[in-house]
Amino acid sequence: MLGEGILKGLAETARNFAGSFVSAERLTTVEYPEQRIAPIEATRDFPFLVYDGTDPEAGLRCVACQICEKECPPKCIYIVKSTDKKPDYVGKLQIYPARFDIDISVCMSCQICVEVCPFEAIKMDTAFELATTDRFGGLLYDKKELSKSNEHYHAIHPTEAAEVDARLAEEKAKGEAKAKAAAAAALAKAAAPAAATPVPKPAAPAATVPAVKPAEGERNRDR
Amino acid sequence: MSGSGYLDATLKPEGWNRPPVIEPDGEGELLEVAMGPHHPSTHGVFRMDVALDGERVIRLKPVFGYLHRNHEKLAEGMSYLASMPFTDRLDYICPMTNNWAYALAVEKLTGQEVPERAEYLRVICGELTRVVNHASAVGFLIQEMGASGTPLMYAFKEREKVLDLFESLTGARMMVNYMRFGGCRVDATPAWLDGVRKVVAGLPKFVGEFESLLTGNEILMARTQGVGILKPDLAVNAGITGPMLRASGVNYDIRKVDGYGIYNRFKFRVPLGDHGDVFDRFMIRLLELRESLQILEQALKDIPGGPVMDPKAKLRGFRPKPGEAYGRIEAPKGELGFYLISDGSPNPYRYRVRPPSLINLTVLEDMCLGQNVADVVLIFGSVDIVLGEVDR
Repeated sequence: MLGEGILKGLAETARNFAGSFVSAERLTTVEYPEQRIAPIEATRDFPFLVYDGTDPEAGLRCVACQICEKECPPKCIYIVKSTDKKPDYVGKLQIYPARFDIDISVCMSCQICVEVCPFEAIKMDTAFELATTDRFGGLLYDKKELSKSNEHYHAIHPTEAAEVDARLAEEKAKGEAKAKAAAAAALAKAAAPAAATPVPKPAAPAATVPAVKPAEGERNRDR
Repeated sequence: MSGSGYLDATLKPEGWNRPPVIEPDGEGELLEVAMGPHHPSTHGVFRMDVALDGERVIRLKPVFGYLHRNHEKLAEGMSYLASMPFTDRLDYICPMTNNWAYALAVEKLTGQEVPERAEYLRVICGELTRVVNHASAVGFLIQEMGASGTPLMYAFKEREKVLDLFESLTGARMMVNYMRFGGCRVDATPAWLDGVRKVVAGLPKFVGEFESLLTGNEILMARTQGVGILKPDLAVNAGITGPMLRASGVNYDIRKVDGYGIYNRFKFRVPLGDHGDVFDRFMIRLLELRESLQILEQALKDIPGGPVMDPKAKLRGFRPKPGEAYGRIEAPKGELGFYLISDGSPNPYRYRVRPPSLINLTVLEDMCLGQNVADVVLIFGSVDIVLGEVDR
C-alpha cells in the first residue's frame, strides 16, 4: 500500500513523543541552569597550577622549566623565570615562575601541558562557566588566578589526584633516601683515608643508583 | 542573468575543467546560482556555483577554502606530539579515527609497537566513532530532504551516549586527543568497558527504530532512488573511498585490504550497493552500522589486560630516523591517510593529510549534472563531508 512506510515512520515518531512523558530513557534533555547533569570525573577544560599547603606563593609546584610553554600546540602559555630561588616540595632550591599567564581564549584544552609536566604542577580544571564581559584581560589568567590548591585538585579529580600524591610521596622518599645515602657516602669518604676501612662504600651506590634511574626512564620526561 | 557571467570566466581556460556534459536546450537563458557559502545544507562554509537551465543543473563548480586553517604547515613547525590535538579538529565528528591514522603514521615512521590492549581500545573507539558518524550522516541526509529535526535528533540522542563514553575515558566529548605514538593515553576502567557494553547492547534497537522510521518511507525512496548516480569506473578513477565507493559496488574496505591494527581478527562483512545512487549510499551506512556493532561485540568480548602504552615509547623530544611513512585507515568517511617525511629533526619535514571528504567531493559535478537543483543538496549530503577536513 502506498503510504505504508510513511505511516510506519509516523508511528515511530509518536512512540518517541508519547514515550518521552513516561520513560526517562526517551527524555534525554535537562533544563540546564536549574538542572545539572553530574560532572564526569575525567572532564577537562582549562589548566590550573597546583600548590601544596595553604600559601599559593610558597607552595607552587611549578619550577618554570618552560616545557609546557614550548610544547603547547596553540602557544597560549607565557612564562617568565624568577631570578632567585625557593625550596620546592623535596626541599631543593628551585627557580619559580615570576610570571605565568595562560590566555584561555587561545587554549584548546588539549591537556598536553599536563602530560609533559615533569613536576605534576599543572592540571586540568573543570570550571566551565567562565563568561566575562572583558574578552582580552578577562580571559588572560595570571599566576594568581591560575593557582589552585591540591585540595581543589582532589575535589575535582579524586582518583587522578590520589595517584599523583602517591607518586610525589614516593619521589620525595627516594629523594630523601638519596640525600641520606649521599651524606653517608660523603661521611664514609671523609672517614676512609683516616681509618682505611671501605665498609660503607658498596652500600651507598647500591642504594642510590637503581633507586633513581628507573623512575626517570619509566616516565620518559626530561628533567 | 546571461550565460557569460563570472562563472563562465572562471571556467574558461579550456582543459582545466571538463567541458559540460549536459548541453542547454537553447530555450531561454542560463541562471547562475551561488549556493553557499552560508547555505543551511552545506554543513559548514562551502559554495557551489551552479548554472541552471530551468531546474536542471548544467554546470556545478565546488568552491572551498573558507575554513582553511593551515593545518599541514602548522604541523611542520611543531613537534610530532603537538599536532595530535589538531588532528581532532580535522573531521570533528570522528576525532578518534583521525588520532588513529596520525598515530599509525608516526608509529610506522619510528617503528614503534602498540600493546595488545591498546589495539583493542583503538578498535572499540574507532568503531564507536563509525556508529556516531553514520548515524548522524543519515540524520543529516534526511534533514536535507526536509524532515527538519526529528530523525537527526534521534541520531544525536544515540551520539550523545557515545560522546559521554568518550568524555569519561578521555576527558572531552569531541576533542579527545586520546591516542599516542605507541598506545593510548589512559587505560579504560572495567566500569567504562561495562558502559560500552551497555551502549552497544542498546544500539541494535536504535538501528531498528531508525530503519523503520526511514527505509520504507515512500517520499524518501522517491527522492533518493536513481538520483546522483556514481558509476563504479568513475569512482575508482577519481580515487573515491569509503561508503561512497562501496555504494557504487566496488569492494574496497581498508580494514579488509590492509588489515591495519588487529582488524584481521574480527569477522565482519562489507556491504556493497549496486546502483550507486543516493539511496544506496544511505543504505550502505545503515548496514555498516550493523557490521560495526558486530566488531564492537567481538572486541569487547576479547579485550585482554595489560599496559596501554609501549614502555619504550617516548612522549616528546624523539627524533625519527630520516625517512617517510604513510599511515592510512578506513575512517568513517573513507581512506584517511597521513603522509610524513622526517629529516631527523623533532618536527616532520613534510606533513600531508589525505582527507576522504575532499577527494570524495571531486565527483560532485559528475553526480549532479542533469539533476534538479533541489536534488543537488541531497547529493551533496550523501557524500558525507565535514568542512574541517575538506579545507584543513
